[in-house]
Amino acid sequence: MAWILRGLRDGIVTTRYPRRSDGYQNGFRGAISVVEDSLGILSEGQGFRHDINQEPSISSLCPSGAIIANEDRISVDRGKCILCGRCVEARPDIFCFESSTEVASVSRKSLVVPSCIDDDESLPSLRSELAKKVRILRRSVHVRHVDAGSDGSEESEIWALTNPVYDVQRLGIFFTVTPRHADLLLVTGVGTAGMIEPLRNTYEAMPHPKIVIAVGTDAISGGLVHPNYATGGGIGDILHVDVWVPGSPPSPFSILHGILLGIGLLAGDNEAGNNKAGDNEAGNNKVRHNRAGSDSTRDAKFGATRRDD
Amino acid sequence: MKSGLVVVVEIVPDEFALDVARRVNDGNRFAGLFATSKRDGSTLLLALICDERLMTMVQTRLAPGEHSYPALTPLVPAASWYEREIHDLFGLEPVGHPRLDSLVLPLVQGEELRPRPGNGLTDLGALTPDSSPLLGHVAGEGVFTIPYGPVRSGVFESIEYLVETVGEDIVHLRSRVYHKHRGIERRFEDLGVNEGVLLAERVEGTVSIAHAMAYSQAVESMTSTELPKSALLVRVLHAELERIVNHLDTIIRHTEGASQAVGYARMSLHKERIMRLRSRICGHRFGRGVVVPGGVSGPLSCDAVEVLRDIEAINRSLTSDLVALMTTPSFLDRLRGTGILSDELVAAHGGLGPLARASGLEQDVRRVRPYGAYTFLDPKQISPPTTGDALARQWVRLEEIDQSFALIVEVLAQIKELPHGPWRVEIPVVDGLGLSWVEAPQGELLYLIEIESGRLVRVKPRCPSFHNLSLLPAAFNGDIFTDFVFIEASFGFSVAGVSG
Repeated sequence: MAWILRGLRDGIVTTRYPRRSDGYQNGFRGAISVVEDSLGILSEGQGFRHDINQEPSISSLCPSGAIIANEDRISVDRGKCILCGRCVEARPDIFCFESSTEVASVSRKSLVVPSCIDDDESLPSLRSELAKKVRILRRSVHVRHVDAGSDGSEESEIWALTNPVYDVQRLGIFFTVTPRHADLLLVTGVGTAGMIEPLRNTYEAMPHPKIVIAVGTDAISGGLVHPNYATGGGIGDILHVDVWVPGSPPSPFSILHGILLGIGLLAGDNEAGNNKAGDNEAGNNKVRHNRAGSDSTRDAKFGATRRDD
Repeated sequence: MKSGLVVVVEIVPDEFALDVARRVNDGNRFAGLFATSKRDGSTLLLALICDERLMTMVQTRLAPGEHSYPALTPLVPAASWYEREIHDLFGLEPVGHPRLDSLVLPLVQGEELRPRPGNGLTDLGALTPDSSPLLGHVAGEGVFTIPYGPVRSGVFESIEYLVETVGEDIVHLRSRVYHKHRGIERRFEDLGVNEGVLLAERVEGTVSIAHAMAYSQAVESMTSTELPKSALLVRVLHAELERIVNHLDTIIRHTEGASQAVGYARMSLHKERIMRLRSRICGHRFGRGVVVPGGVSGPLSCDAVEVLRDIEAINRSLTSDLVALMTTPSFLDRLRGTGILSDELVAAHGGLGPLARASGLEQDVRRVRPYGAYTFLDPKQISPPTTGDALARQWVRLEEIDQSFALIVEVLAQIKELPHGPWRVEIPVVDGLGLSWVEAPQGELLYLIEIESGRLVRVKPRCPSFHNLSLLPAAFNGDIFTDFVFIEASFGFSVAGVSG
């Protein structure tokens, strides 16, 4: 009895994300962007051409090689960025922190910001492919996590999703102990040689359809730990990845955004690069119907799974 | 090395083991055994021996082509994992080692392909570990083995156990940690000093501050530059917040294991609040980027008075919940008498951190060899029960949480007096060897750093988890399968720090 009252002590602490945006969500550093003003200067070819031959060069500012600087363009590959902020410190005129945590994307290429127009063309097809795949899951997903050589912080942030603040069960998202029940695979870490086989086995054991989410910069590109004799450059070479969640480590909000993106509970508007203020509401109407994964949905899903197999 | 607390002794290889053993038998603590490969093909072996205040580095040089030396393990059992690690990474054979199984990098190829950190020469390509299954050690009627990991129920880091049982009792436990070996020591090589700290933060992601501090202190130890007081205080603020979070994490695992649903929710709520406070103070939930060689990256990004108010509120509500938790019989029953480590074993092994303190070994580096701001701050003495079980380890963590809150309050009061820094001084990068220590949440963290022409040639982090984890099988004395989760959690180790 004492514990029950204790549990009621602080009232409701649970975030209303994704239905409403959360105050904390945009309260800290979530990503690096290229300052728009500096783009103007670059395209006119003033100042920047001079810079590129200068030592230290712009791209050498980044310890993990996330800055791509060529003649007329500077971009940041968030899939390689470890958010150390060395570039912002050295060149605040070109780089800045962005406080958004909605940085996940279904396309590896679109993690490079500002994005090229050609790369964006693949986005709609990737989205519709994913949408087709997850149509059957909709209301309830079971999540399995595999550590493929992380530093331990990603696990901490994933596990935070079960605390009362994020409480992902309210969205019909459950962590499962066995890959046989899992719809969604969260993979953290650089993809060490020793984890390739266990990771593949876990993936194979999952029923169709299966969604793979690479959580963290290490899982996307190997981050600062790669290249190395024991590590791959992320897990993209081992499995087909559906959603990429950058960050070192990504915050629980970023991970949750990645999961929602993966299971089609967000409209494309909430995806990185297309993120405009005010889109949240429109993008998340669907979520309202997604509370409490009902048994019938689960049954339908398993039925479908058996047919698939 | 400028620090007056370290002495170096040079010994010939044949007498190395005997000399180290003599020092350990004299009542000193064995703190670790490391190797470094040199450009000329020789290998330097280095044992760290620690008495109350003094660190002695006993070192010996194996000539090029020399691939074996008399093993230390038969004389100093605590060296076992270190020698197995050195065997994996350098291909050196400790002659007379009782069980030279692979630990971090099992390889089937020839030994010339070993990574050998330190020489920076060999281009390895990719090494594929030998993943043949673990074999049981126990035979008899009704004995069966349960492989557990590296993919386990729940969100865990990859580690593999082989539990040998006759039904309920765990007769024997074996573990393997190679799955997530990232070769992080080799990755440090040739980085600049200021980049190295970023990698150090990622050796054990949950204790980034302790690693960045130990790394920075090792670099700073090579010069006589004095750091500004304000920077030292900010470091301690973050280090103590990190300690609270890590201890809470252990408690959360316990509540989860004991099915204390409300306790779990409350504890993880408190943890989240502290994580949010950390991100408010510095922009990162794990405090990454704060500690840099020469000081800290900048002032607190919010007012110290505001931080103090939040800290006091969190402390009040956390303390109240912890008191309730520690008077809940169904919770205590799971921890009491579970996973007992004997005082003698822990003392002989030179156990570290909360685990050692729960078995009566006072090993708080902040008090015995104070560093940074701990030289003028005084962490209050704690006196937890020393019964050596999971409950005692829990009490140690509770008392340390209290201790950390008190330190944070004091630090914030002092930061208020120094609101304008300075935050960082320029550290001249000099060539040489640096050794540093930090009391991480899991115990004493050591960093050994060698710099040559301004670049890192060798960085060896010695994580407390690595030293302590080899005690895990010894904690299973008549404990049954359902105790497993509590014993494992009560060790509070980080797998990333063990597998390297």
